[in-house]
Amino acid sequence: MEQLRHKKKAGNLLRLLQYLFSHYGKRLTLVAVCIVISASASVVQTVFLQRLIDECITPGLTAGLPAVWDSLVSIILTMIVLYLCGVTASFTYTRIMAGVTQGTLRNLRNDMFDRMETLPIRYFDTHAHGDIMSTYTNDTDAIRQLIGQSLPMITQSFLTVTVMFFMMLYFSIWLTLVVCCFAALMLLVSRKFAGASSKYMMAQQKSLAAEEGFIEEMMEGQKVIKVFCHEEESKKDFCRFNEELFSVGEKAHRYGNSLMPILNNMGNVMYVVLAVTGGLLVYFGAPNLSLTGWDLVSIGIIISFLNMARQLSQTIGQASMQVSLIAMGLAGAGRVFDLIDQVPEEDHGYVTLVNAKRNADGTLSETDHPTGLWAWKHPHQADGTVTYTELKGDIKLEHVDFGYNPDKLVLHDISLYAKPGQKIAFVGSTGAGKTTITNLINRFYDIPDGKIRYDGININKIRKPDLRRSLGVVLQDVNLFTGTVLDNIRYGRLDATDEECIAAAKLANADDFITRLPDGYNTMLTGNGASLSQGQRQLISIARAAVADPPVMILDEATSSIDTRTEALVQAGMDNLMEGRTVFVIAHRLSTVRNSKAIMVLDHGRIIERGDHDSLIAEKGTYYQLYTGAFELE
Amino acid sequence: MIRTILKCVRQYKRASLETPAFVTMEVILECLIPLTMARLIDGMNGTNMSPILKYGSILIVMALCSLAFGALSARSAATAACGLAKNLRQDMFFKIQDFAFADIDKFSSSSLVTRMTTDVTNVQNAYQMIIRVAVRTPLMLIFSVTMSMLINPEMACIFLAIIPFLGAALIGICLIVFPIFKRIFKKYDAMNNSVQENVAGIRVVKSFVREDFEMKKFSKASGDVCRDFTGAERILALNNPIMMFCIYLSMLLVSWFGARLIISSGGSSLSTGELSSLISYGVQILTSMMMLSMVFVMTSMAAESAARISEVLSHESSLTSPENGVTEVADGSIEFDHVSFRYSSKNPKYALAGINLSIPSGSTIGIMGGTGSSKTTLIQLISRLYDVSEGSVRVGGLDVREYDLESLRNAVAVVLQKNVLFAGTIRENLRWGNKDASDEELVHVCRLAQADEFISQFPQKYDTRIEQGGTNVSGGQKQRLCIARALLKKPKILILDDSTSAVDTKTDSLIRQALKDYLPDTTKIIIAQRVSSVQDADQILVMDGGRIAEQGTHQELMERNGIYREVYDSQTKSKEVE
Repeated sequence: MEQLRHKKKAGNLLRLLQYLFSHYGKRLTLVAVCIVISASASVVQTVFLQRLIDECITPGLTAGLPAVWDSLVSIILTMIVLYLCGVTASFTYTRIMAGVTQGTLRNLRNDMFDRMETLPIRYFDTHAHGDIMSTYTNDTDAIRQLIGQSLPMITQSFLTVTVMFFMMLYFSIWLTLVVCCFAALMLLVSRKFAGASSKYMMAQQKSLAAEEGFIEEMMEGQKVIKVFCHEEESKKDFCRFNEELFSVGEKAHRYGNSLMPILNNMGNVMYVVLAVTGGLLVYFGAPNLSLTGWDLVSIGIIISFLNMARQLSQTIGQASMQVSLIAMGLAGAGRVFDLIDQVPEEDHGYVTLVNAKRNADGTLSETDHPTGLWAWKHPHQADGTVTYTELKGDIKLEHVDFGYNPDKLVLHDISLYAKPGQKIAFVGSTGAGKTTITNLINRFYDIPDGKIRYDGININKIRKPDLRRSLGVVLQDVNLFTGTVLDNIRYGRLDATDEECIAAAKLANADDFITRLPDGYNTMLTGNGASLSQGQRQLISIARAAVADPPVMILDEATSSIDTRTEALVQAGMDNLMEGRTVFVIAHRLSTVRNSKAIMVLDHGRIIERGDHDSLIAEKGTYYQLYTGAFELE
Repeated sequence: MIRTILKCVRQYKRASLETPAFVTMEVILECLIPLTMARLIDGMNGTNMSPILKYGSILIVMALCSLAFGALSARSAATAACGLAKNLRQDMFFKIQDFAFADIDKFSSSSLVTRMTTDVTNVQNAYQMIIRVAVRTPLMLIFSVTMSMLINPEMACIFLAIIPFLGAALIGICLIVFPIFKRIFKKYDAMNNSVQENVAGIRVVKSFVREDFEMKKFSKASGDVCRDFTGAERILALNNPIMMFCIYLSMLLVSWFGARLIISSGGSSLSTGELSSLISYGVQILTSMMMLSMVFVMTSMAAESAARISEVLSHESSLTSPENGVTEVADGSIEFDHVSFRYSSKNPKYALAGINLSIPSGSTIGIMGGTGSSKTTLIQLISRLYDVSEGSVRVGGLDVREYDLESLRNAVAVVLQKNVLFAGTIRENLRWGNKDASDEELVHVCRLAQADEFISQFPQKYDTRIEQGGTNVSGGQKQRLCIARALLKKPKILILDDSTSAVDTKTDSLIRQALKDYLPDTTKIIIAQRVSSVQDADQILVMDGGRIAEQGTHQELMERNGIYREVYDSQTKSKEVE
């Protein structure tokens, strides 16, 4: 299990690097070069001091300033050049990385969004909306940290440590061994602490989420708490959550805070051990093994070594602070790639919807300008011919069985037909399968071939966008988008003129309230139309469907109670919209249903009664009971 | 504002004071360590081990002490910051419990949630930063400057010259970038908002085949965000090179002048060991500057959160219970005497104007009216959820403002329109009405509210768990549970605010019959959209635009041919078959 997780993390890192390099290969190569230069500059500064002392100051003390003037100037000049390179490199790569980081985030966001838009409805049904949102916000933020900060820093630290390691070997292998022991110890300690810290961090995250859940519930229900004078009890409950959060949070932060001082002081102890070891080596005149061979240990070597050791422990300390950020970033990348890897909605349809004109002989042919007449263009693979069928709005379901999970059917043997212009109503309690039927008609969910036909064509053969364009929907929960009222109505048909949108609003009975808004049709809507009442939002969604003007409509009535006057307006708007179309109504108020051609009473996924209003009333069955108010319709 | 926040430190004052003390010790040791190291290096001559061992053991002791102080300050900082966060959350929560309806409306529940979560976390992080880093860095700065002054004042001037330059550059960058970020974060929010809309409205997007349209819209928004952020981050990215430039510059200058000084003075004004100490102090000074600029950014970001928190903490509840208020409500009679009401004194529009009304104890009142006709406002004045702006409301013959608030609200039970059940069992939810209620009482009120039947059908009956927000019961069931919960209070006045809208008409009438039979002395006020829910009430009020438009029995109102008649006709038209 543990191993699998590690493997997955490594996989995410590899994938992220691939993703970065495929978009920004050249720039990243330049960044890598710059990091090498900048890291070298920071390492060389350690050697520089030793050279200054050994080559200028020590001889200068005896020989005088003029004797070492040239070498002093040359060392300082070399350092100026090196440092300038270092600063320029650092400037170049931080600047490039700012662009690369933001660009990669943009690409990731676009990839995620583009894929998300093509995913089947099932995905949205099975994933919490909060979780999807969190990939866009928290996870991309973690990736930003990773790419923009942690990766360059870790690369630079790694380079510094490597370079330093070889330089140490160059000076003394004995002392390097001491450093290696300490470095291993430091890694061990930081792993242990990071582990404990992240364990409590996770616990803290969990109890924070629990407390937030509680706070949310209480704030939502604050008025009920007041009405029942329940303040003291809710305070008591709150304190329980709060204490729990405090105790884990305190532990998590303790571990997190301690890491830095511990590593720092381990570095100090290492310094002393090195100094003592080095001193002993010098004292006993022990032979020194280095990459250049056997030699005696000099004081210069020990001093340089000590400086390097100090820098090494600081570098390790800094890198250890990045560990938890990297883990978070990789976990975030994993979730982002998960979303990008989701399988999009399948569409094997090849029948398309085209503008048509009627020829003199009564046959249809395709044109490229709107004629008001639409036809299904049906290429036949067998003989290569193309037939055109007029779009009328004739829908037929034959023995449809369906389940969201294959082992649990929610629809059993549903058969029905709607001739063009007819109104079919579905009635039944929650979970009876009303909405499921309409989900099948517009292929939010797919069923095996041939069970549903549209104008005689198997809907699985129709391209999804064309099928959906021929179906209008007014959904139970209204979703409006940020934008003006006019934008929202035009959502139904993007090329609709202002006049057409206003005409649609009039048809939907929405014109009256819209013109009374402060900016009329140009009023900005935000937060799903939060400034409008439930009824007004419904009216806009009706206008939106009206502007699309499809031959078939699916109307899902809202359940929430709106006041009687607005309800009458909504009702009349819906009636206007139904005029002359094939309509499927999911009814929550039986008043909508009466003038339907056929009413289907559904129960547990089966049609238990069907017929028009009068015949169903005469039957005195479930519909009659519903109608007389003996049953709840929700 | 800062004082309000600091008041919440309370029992963590000790930890909050200890932290800077420990940090100071840690800093002192950390500064002495390089000095001792320099001694150790100077003492290393290859002939004598004793200076190495002497300074080595001193160093080990110092490292251990520094470790101890480091660990102690880490602990106390964690305690202080988490403790402050705990107290802030608790104080806010307790404060909100005392808020009146008007105060809750003012802040809105979602904003209160943000203040108690995100804002507290921001303040917690900033507080920890302030008591640790903001103490450590200036100390480090001062100490390092002093030490380098002691080593050689002229050389230290190099650092003193560079400090203002670096400081100005770092703070300048912050000042330029901070407002830019603030501005572009709005765009960022708008972009995420559009994702949210797409996730929630995916059915609409797909139904209207707007996938490509949405993708283009999003890609434009994300492109904008990318461009703006790149611009701002590029300015911010100057920090690192500027920092490096200053460190390198000071090193070069120190080396150049230092080397010449050592040689010309023959090592008397500056030693080799001192030169290397000077360089490490220089690095320390400049990195401290960097940390300071980070503290500056972090605290200014947390300042807004702190302001939002202290706004809640210093808000005084607009409605308080009178001292020695009357605890006994005589009966269920209600009188409105020239009552006018507006939600805020700044709002020129009255929600209720000139209401005069007398309701005898034990009678049933029906209230109808369209959205915005102030039905709900009217009844909320009875249990003093809001205070009247003018006039007075009397319950049991006494002004509601003279009652002890809890006694009044226990006598007047309101079933709110937007009602909620809480996560917990049905039994626990019902006991909100009366926490000492026996099981028999629970069953009794559930029978009255027509809820017992469906509860008995659940496998775990009264122990069935209700999910947060009551998502696992239907709307009608939820409403009936809410009514039962209110009945458990045995109120003198029962107010149902559109509480049976999702209940079918037959059950609705059973509930009304039960209330009539079993609670004859309780005054019952029913707000409804359905005429059938109010038509047999003793008195029916029709509200319109904050006034009582019509008042009378069903018969009287039908004869009047006004709004009531119109609504009645529209609702019965479709049901003439009955």
